[in-house]
Amino acid sequence: MSAPSDNMPIPAPAIHSKPLLVRHLPYFIGAAVLVVVAANMNFDGYVHNILLQATTFAIAVFGLSVVLGLCGQINLAQAAFFGLGAYAVGIGTTDLHVSFWLCLVGGSVISMLAGAFLGMSTLRLGGHYLAMVTISFQQIVTLVMINAIWLTHGPDGVSNIKRPDLFQTSQSYLAFCVAMLAIVGYLVWHLPDTKLGRAMRAVRDNELAAGVNGIDVFRTKIYAFALCALLGGLAGGLFAGGFAYVSPDQFSFAESIVFLTMSLLGGVASPIGSTIGTGLLILIPEWLRFLKSVPGLYLAIYGLFVILIIRFMPDGIWGFVADAFTRWRAKIKTPPAANALQLKPATIGGDTVLEVTGLSKHFGGLKAVDGVDIAVKRGGVHALIGPNGSGKTTTLNVLSGLYVATAGKIVLDGTDITHMPPHQRTASGLGRTFQNIRLFRSMTALENVEIGAERPGNTMVGKGDDALTERAMEALTFVGLGSRANELISSFSYGHQRLIEIARALASNPTLLLLDEPAAGLNSTEKLELHELLKRIAAQGLTILIIDHDMTLVSEAAQHITVLNFGRRIADGESMAVLRHPDVVSAYLGSE
Amino acid sequence: MDLALQLLFTGIGIGAVYALVALGFVLIFRATNVVNFAQGEFSMVAAYLMVVAVEAGLPYWAAFIVALLGMALLGVVFNLGVYYPLRHRTYLPVIIATIGASILMANSVLAIYGPQPQVLEGWFETPGIQVGPVYLDSQYLLIIGVTICLVIFNFWFFEKTLLGKKLQATSQDKEMASLLGISVSTMIMITFIYSAVLGGLAGILVAPVLFVSIQMGSTIALKAFAATIIGGFGDVAGAIIGGLALGVIETFGAAYISVPYKDGFAFLVLIAFLIFRPQGIFGERVAEKA
Repeated sequence: MSAPSDNMPIPAPAIHSKPLLVRHLPYFIGAAVLVVVAANMNFDGYVHNILLQATTFAIAVFGLSVVLGLCGQINLAQAAFFGLGAYAVGIGTTDLHVSFWLCLVGGSVISMLAGAFLGMSTLRLGGHYLAMVTISFQQIVTLVMINAIWLTHGPDGVSNIKRPDLFQTSQSYLAFCVAMLAIVGYLVWHLPDTKLGRAMRAVRDNELAAGVNGIDVFRTKIYAFALCALLGGLAGGLFAGGFAYVSPDQFSFAESIVFLTMSLLGGVASPIGSTIGTGLLILIPEWLRFLKSVPGLYLAIYGLFVILIIRFMPDGIWGFVADAFTRWRAKIKTPPAANALQLKPATIGGDTVLEVTGLSKHFGGLKAVDGVDIAVKRGGVHALIGPNGSGKTTTLNVLSGLYVATAGKIVLDGTDITHMPPHQRTASGLGRTFQNIRLFRSMTALENVEIGAERPGNTMVGKGDDALTERAMEALTFVGLGSRANELISSFSYGHQRLIEIARALASNPTLLLLDEPAAGLNSTEKLELHELLKRIAAQGLTILIIDHDMTLVSEAAQHITVLNFGRRIADGESMAVLRHPDVVSAYLGSE
Repeated sequence: MDLALQLLFTGIGIGAVYALVALGFVLIFRATNVVNFAQGEFSMVAAYLMVVAVEAGLPYWAAFIVALLGMALLGVVFNLGVYYPLRHRTYLPVIIATIGASILMANSVLAIYGPQPQVLEGWFETPGIQVGPVYLDSQYLLIIGVTICLVIFNFWFFEKTLLGKKLQATSQDKEMASLLGISVSTMIMITFIYSAVLGGLAGILVAPVLFVSIQMGSTIALKAFAATIIGGFGDVAGAIIGGLALGVIETFGAAYISVPYKDGFAFLVLIAFLIFRPQGIFGERVAEKA
């Protein structure tokens, strides 16, 4: 929704950080030193080949760290994407006489498109579909490489692959690959702190919560998958130029498993882990060459490695180190927010923020919600109550788009949202929390709230990372947790996790806030604090639709109550009148 | 027309093998909610066990029993070594571990046996019978017969026996099942044993038709998985019909379109289903509870 004109200008962010490129200067200096070393050291052919292999493989493994580590999706065809890039450079520079650069770009793009297509066909479904489809794709690519002899030269492979004129010597080509590794590594390393990277992590941690916080889950997964394939293709192209020869067996399913093992061993979530894993798994087999004399033995050990790593070291080698770093970072206190949280709910429609008419949700023969009407007036707290199984949470799930309505219409602030997916409803101004808390568990409190603040169409956040952090800090401070912003979710108590969820919703500056049993599981002090918080939220003009069992909370906080029973509305109106309504009393206490 | 009938018979025969392996997939999926990517390797290992036992001089039926016992043992080891330690984790680590196990099994056999494909004799002396225009290969007849028997057995076992009902209860709601005094870990163990034996049976039956090779496991597993998607994921009848359909499609594709790309047809059918009917022929869409 577009910004109402009376919104306040965004105050200048209080945190003045140096530009990103300046802060990361040491990284670039280190990378430049490595490139210079690679260009000037005189390696013998064997060492040179190992370094070239490690460099190109590491780029492909970076791809896995994006798709598997950041986004939690599996790809068992990275060798196939690697192969697409390699054959593009191979066939392109020899048979077709095209320039190396064009082939490198073309191969990467072909890989990316193949990845995007596979993703689009499968990523709406569960993870095991993706695993199987990527294996199938891997097999198909191998079949084509072997059998389409007119194109790929079949099992003989492509030889005499050209390099660019600029990097003809093996020294300079290695330096070029190291430079590419440094650039790609930088981008992948920085990715988790970008909007797309945060979205990927949110999808990995909790798809439902990601959706209701405005993230297009399906698209995010496709981006991750396409990016992974792109890096695979790029790495393959560099590999082909480096070794001047490619053949189908270099890009088999076994190689995909090797990539996967490299990624898992080093630590799947970080490019540093990828580099460590790649380096180790290229060097160790070189040291243990005798293993290669028995066919299969070497891969059998990889298989065993995979099982053992998953069981005993799920975060890989780098995971240990990164974990310590996160704990250390948690101790850093973030400066408190400069300003108090401003809530400026959009006011586009009329007096009614949410107009639900004839809403039904049927599961087979069960009518969980049956023709319910709700009209939520702007401002104040509206409660939706009812005995267990009356259809309250189903109603909330239909409102936020997790279930598709069987019939009826939902209008939010003048916009018909009945047929929108969850993330678009969020973009239209809906915020919600869950009865069973759904936070992104591997992230800090601040990062969780930042994802909320990143809602598309949030007019209360200025441009840039600093403004985003400031907004998230304001929301965390508003719920009283500003000083603990950098701690991981797991270190918060249940009640505090609930507050973080509310802060996440508030940071997005919603037009309507849906609270699903916010008092469940809280002790009496926490309930009082929650009540205070609701008052402060309502005081800023934000409309709240609350579901709860706690009658004290509901009767004190809500001005208007709708009562459901057996999926139907049995009462609606001003709080005290509704609570005395005979139907409501009998629904709760039974009739005589 | 004669050729088409002949292909139909062969297709159903090979499809029956996919159906058996698909059944193993579905049983484990229903019990544990994870897909066992090493299911195909069960078939491969069983075929090798059979080759070893026959070469050791055992009579065919004894070799058959030894191989299936070996598979039961493998099911136990697999559950304890791969699934059980990860049972409280999300599906992703479990999938990766079963892929690791599949690589481990395939390449251990390769390291022990070498890359040469082995040959396993069929069960019958007579190679087959001619019925009108169609030649019925005896091994294919056996495969089809065993599959029909197993489908009937499965129905009886899951619907009519107490153990079958306990297994069903476990697959539907583990917590509730354990509150009712069913040992969930025992039920999962039984599921793994049963599907290892089922996969093994498929491998032994198909071995005389194909060569016994390291790759047979992953090839069969991919087809079987495609079969489960075509039929509707998690649905027993769907797995069987999907398997048969895939066998027929693939046989006709190889005869009329292309032999080298025979293994690609399953993939194309799979993608088509994922795009146009992801819930399969019999499946229902299910939503996660918020």
